[in-house]
Amino acid sequence: MMSWFHRQLAKHGRNLVIAVPMIWLIVFFLAPFFVVFKISFADIARARPPYTPLFSFEDGRLLIALSFENYAYLWDDTLYIKAYWSSIKIAFWSTVFALLIGYPMAYVIARASDTKRNLLLMLVILPFWTSFLLRVYAWIGFLKTQGVINALLLKIGIISEPLIMLQTDFAVYVGIVYTYLPFMILPLYANLTKLDNTLLEAAHDLGASKLMSFLTVTLPLSLPGIIAGCMLVFIPAIGEFVIPALLGGPDTLMIGKVLWTEFFNNRDWPVASAVATAMLILLVIPIMWMRRAAEEEVS
Amino acid sequence: MFFRIMTVLGFIFLYAPIAGLIFYSFNASKLVTVWGGFSTKWYGELFQNAQILGAAWISLKIAFISACISVVLGTLAALVMVRFGRFKGRTLFSGMITAPLVMPEVITGLSLLMLFISLQGLIGWPVGRGLTTIVIAHATFGLAFVAVIVQSRLVDMDQDIEEAAADLGARPVRVFFDITLPSIAPALVSAWLLAFTLSLDDLVIASFVAGPGASTLPMVIFSKVRLGVSPDINALATIMIGMVAVGIFCATIVMLRSSKKES
Repeated sequence: MMSWFHRQLAKHGRNLVIAVPMIWLIVFFLAPFFVVFKISFADIARARPPYTPLFSFEDGRLLIALSFENYAYLWDDTLYIKAYWSSIKIAFWSTVFALLIGYPMAYVIARASDTKRNLLLMLVILPFWTSFLLRVYAWIGFLKTQGVINALLLKIGIISEPLIMLQTDFAVYVGIVYTYLPFMILPLYANLTKLDNTLLEAAHDLGASKLMSFLTVTLPLSLPGIIAGCMLVFIPAIGEFVIPALLGGPDTLMIGKVLWTEFFNNRDWPVASAVATAMLILLVIPIMWMRRAAEEEVS
Repeated sequence: MFFRIMTVLGFIFLYAPIAGLIFYSFNASKLVTVWGGFSTKWYGELFQNAQILGAAWISLKIAFISACISVVLGTLAALVMVRFGRFKGRTLFSGMITAPLVMPEVITGLSLLMLFISLQGLIGWPVGRGLTTIVIAHATFGLAFVAVIVQSRLVDMDQDIEEAAADLGARPVRVFFDITLPSIAPALVSAWLLAFTLSLDDLVIASFVAGPGASTLPMVIFSKVRLGVSPDINALATIMIGMVAVGIFCATIVMLRSSKKES
């Protein structure tokens, strides 16, 4: 009995190890997208669940009722196009700012001495372990009209009237850059530590200034790290909900917030599904790009 | 020099809000800009709030179970990615373990809920939504993070010992449990902790798949802070930050000791 079991295990062990995570991911990660895709072609209905079935049998015949209305609605109502566009814009500029702040930090950490490097690296990772929701919430106390930043600026005398920062797009940018900064720094750091020092020395020997050798040697070689960091910030930032909900105002349009409202407030599952499908299509190319980069890292 | 100044400013940017939270939590005044004297009254209020305590207990249970599932599945996934070479469906497989890292949470949450409801209609499982559905959702995205951590450890690991064991006649399962597992153990610990924290922290996915019964801690916090600054939440944040700091401190000491032993 045991030996039969062992023989089977030896024969199929490899496939079994592949199959367990594969099946889990197909059922709980891949299949859900198809379900959403299907529901995006249904109509809203007063039923449980609140949408019309796509397939039905009548007199032994299969009836298929596809409705493209949800997509037409996304296209016609300017709110959705505007929300997609504004999400891309906010995510793009947040990524740029995160790169501008994160690159120097990653560079300094990568060039620091061993003990200092570990300490600095830990300081980057530490906020990541504390609650994301609470860190976003902390900014409310800083940014609001009677908040810490306004009180400081008034005291120094830079401004005479408090600035309105909370519930603006500015606050959303601050929130996104703040929470996603470690995601930018870590891949950049991983890349910059691998940088071959002899290349910099060669550039120096050939008479390149520090700035010159940074621009012609370090920067181009760190491009894979830049791409990885930017994708890790840009893609999730597009669908961000918590940050615009807590820090943004009523005019802050982001597609994640629109989807949330469609689902929780309007209870329109088919439209929410169409919004999600459209967002997913928008993200397929950057995700594929990132997967290729990740694959190269492993091999 | 410019880079150094930027780094200092960057760290101030990262830590100022956290310092702020700790500071307000001991402030007797409700206003963040007025110092009303040192007080621990918000901590007292926090520990009398049955809703927050109940939600914290639910969140801890979910995080514990889902982190365990994530570590098992994520380690298998990492093993497949690093040691198994080419196989049918590898592209799909690697896509499915990288995509959850960046997938916007609103999409993951909505689609999992739609799946659960369709499954219930088709096969009668899962019955309703609550703890089980949240655990499944969290285990799925935790898996991806675990796989990333374990993968990088497996890539760095010396493969000669595994090969030697196999040459001496050890079966693959034995090689895994006797050689591979002990040497990736530290990575498994940090992967488990990461999966645990991510689950404890998640608001969006849990809100979609929770159903009316189970409210997790982030869901309760969110409904409170939507209305503005709330001092007992500051106290809660300080406690959570303190626990993380102690945890990281202990982990660092353990790691430093073991690396000293090795050298």
